[in-house]
Amino acid sequence: MKTILGLTAATLALGAVMAQAEEVHVYNWSDYIDEELLSKFEEETGIKLVYDVFDSNELLETKMLAGGSGYDVVVPTGTFLQRQIMAGAFQPLDKSKLPNLENMWDVIEKRTDVYDPGHEYSINYMWGTTGLGVNVGKVQEILGEDAPMNSLSLIFDPANAEKLAECGIMMLDAPTETVPAALTYAGWDNPDDKSDEALAKAQEVLTAVRPFIQKYHSSEYINALANGDVCVALGWSGDVLIARDRAAEADNGVEVGYYIPTEGALMWFDMMAIPVDAPNPEAAHTFLNFIMDAQNMAAASNYVYYANGNKASQEYLIEDVIGDNAIYPDEATLENLYTVTPFDLRSQRKLTKLWTEVKSGL
Amino acid sequence: MRRLILIALPYLWLLALFLVPFLIVVKISLSDVALARPPYLPQVDFAAGWAGLKDFFSQLDFENFAFLASDDLYWRAYLSSLKIALISTVLTLLVGYPISYAMASAAPEWRPTLMMLVILPFWTSFLIRVYSWMGILSQNGILNSFLLWTGLISEPLTIMNTEIAVYIGIVYTYLPFMILPIYATLEKLDVSLIEAAEDLGCSRASAFWLVTIPLSRPGIIAGCFLVFIPALGEFVIPSLLGGSGTLMIGKVLWEEFFNNRDWPVASAVAVVLLLILIIPIVLFQRNEQKNREAGK
Repeated sequence: MKTILGLTAATLALGAVMAQAEEVHVYNWSDYIDEELLSKFEEETGIKLVYDVFDSNELLETKMLAGGSGYDVVVPTGTFLQRQIMAGAFQPLDKSKLPNLENMWDVIEKRTDVYDPGHEYSINYMWGTTGLGVNVGKVQEILGEDAPMNSLSLIFDPANAEKLAECGIMMLDAPTETVPAALTYAGWDNPDDKSDEALAKAQEVLTAVRPFIQKYHSSEYINALANGDVCVALGWSGDVLIARDRAAEADNGVEVGYYIPTEGALMWFDMMAIPVDAPNPEAAHTFLNFIMDAQNMAAASNYVYYANGNKASQEYLIEDVIGDNAIYPDEATLENLYTVTPFDLRSQRKLTKLWTEVKSGL
Repeated sequence: MRRLILIALPYLWLLALFLVPFLIVVKISLSDVALARPPYLPQVDFAAGWAGLKDFFSQLDFENFAFLASDDLYWRAYLSSLKIALISTVLTLLVGYPISYAMASAAPEWRPTLMMLVILPFWTSFLIRVYSWMGILSQNGILNSFLLWTGLISEPLTIMNTEIAVYIGIVYTYLPFMILPIYATLEKLDVSLIEAAEDLGCSRASAFWLVTIPLSRPGIIAGCFLVFIPALGEFVIPSLLGGSGTLMIGKVLWEEFFNNRDWPVASAVAVVLLLILIIPIVLFQRNEQKNREAGK
C-alpha cells in the first residue's frame, strides 16, 4: 500500500515538474487565431501548447475570479480586464522577458491605457468594432436598393426590423455591447452613460425591436450569416468577416458585408494577460513575446480579419486586411468610434436585469 | 459494529456529496458580494483562530434572500421553470408509458435487446445529441426540408429557438429515465392479476386502468421525479434549443453567477430552488408512507 501511495505521489510530482517545464495553457476566444501559429510556437520553443477557447467574457471572468483556472495566458476584453486587475486576478508582466514590446502601436496603447494604465498587466492582442453583418442580397431584396445597411436604424428602427424579421436578425448576447449601440441609435450624448435614465432609454429601444430578433447569441451568428439563416447580425467585425469568407468559400450565393454604423460604433480591445496563479508564467511570457513578433501577429490578423495593436506587423498584413476600411478604419471613421468603461456592481445588476427583461420579452 | 458501518456508509455518502457542498452554497448565500478573488466576503480568517471564526459568522446575513423576495423576476423565473418542468414531465410520461408497456409485453427473449435500444443513445455525448436536434429543428433543417418535400407545409416551421424546441429537447433527453423505472415495475407485474380481472368481467381497457396502472404507480412516481427534478433546473437545453423568451431559473442562476458576478445572490437562488424541490418531495413521501401504513 505504502509503495503504491509513494509511486502515485512520485508520478504526480513528476507530472507537475514536467508540466512546469513544458506546457503552456492558453485560453482565447473561439475562431481567433491562425492555428498554424500554434504548431509554429511548439516547434520554435519546444513548449507544448494547450489551446482552449471560450466565447464570452463572463465565462472567462468567472474562472479568473474563482482562481485555479490552470491557464497561463487569457484574453479578456479591456473593460473586463480592468475589473479583473482590480480584483487581483493578474500578475504584472516582466517586461524584460518581452523584447517584442517595441513592436506595439502607440495609437492603440494610448486607447487601452484606460483599462490598464502603463500596461503593467497586459498587451493588446486584437481590436475591432461592433457593427452590422448584413446579407447584402437578401436585405436589398426586402428593403430595396437603398437599404440603410450602414446605419443602426437597420435593426433598431422597428419598421425595418419587422420587415427583416422573417429572414432573421441576431444580436450579440452581451448587454455591454447592445446597450451602448441602442443609446447611439437613440442619439444619446454619451453611449457609455450608465445612469438609470440612459438604461431606461436603451431598454426602450431594445424592447421595441425584441419581437423581431430571432436570437441573442455571441457566436452562432457567424454560421447563421454564412449559411443565409439570418439576414442581419449586430456582431463583432472580424466574426462577420469570417462569415463573409465562409459564405464565399461555400459558394452558396450568400454575400455577407460588414458595416460600421455611421452613427458611431463601439471600439473594443482584447488584451492578453497572465493570471496571478498561472502554473507556468515563464512560458506565458514566451508565448506573449511570440505573439508580439511582427510576422506572427500579422499571420493571426491575416487569418481572422481583425486589426491588431502591433505597428510592426502592418507591413506583413495582406491588402485585404490593412486596406479594408472595416478592419483598419480611416481617420474619419476612427473619430466616430467610442470606447466604454466597466459597470460597477450596482449598475451591472441593473444592466443584467434589463437584459433579461429585454430577452424574455417582458 | 458491522451494522453500524453498513448504515454509516450511505450517510457518509450523503454527507460528502450533498450536505457539505450544500452548506458551502448556504455559506456563500449569506455573504456579501465583493470585488475580490473569490468575489465575496467575508472569508474565514483561520490565522485569527476562534476570534476570526466569530468575526466571520457575525458578518453573515439574510440580505440576499430578502433581495430575491423583493424582485419579481425571480418568482417569474421559478414559476416558468415549474410550468416547463411539469408539462415536460407529463409529456414524457405520455410518450414513455406506452414504450415501457410494449417492452414489458414483448417476448422475454426480446426484452434485453429493447432495453439496450433505450440505453443506446447514452453512448453518445448529451451535448452532441442536443446539437443534432439543432440540425433537425432549424429553419433549413432536416425536419423542415422533409415536410416541405412532402408538401405538408409550404413555409418552413419555426421550431428552433421556441419553447416547443425546449419541450422536445427535454422529453427526448429524459425519456429513458421515465421508461426504465416504469418498465421495471411492469415487468414484475403478475399477469395472473390481469387475467383474474378479465375473468371477473373487466374489459381489457378497464383492466388496464384498474389493475395495470395502479400497480405500476411506484414506477410512474419514480420516473416522474427523475424527469421533473433535473428538468426544473435545466440550463443546457433551454439555452441551446430555446429562444431568448424562455425564462428558466437555471438561466437566471447562470446570469447571476456569470454576468452579475454575484455569487452570493446566485447561491441564494440555488438554495431556494432546492427548498422548492425538497419540501414537496418530503411532504409527498410522508403522505405516501401514511397511506401505506393505513393500507396495512
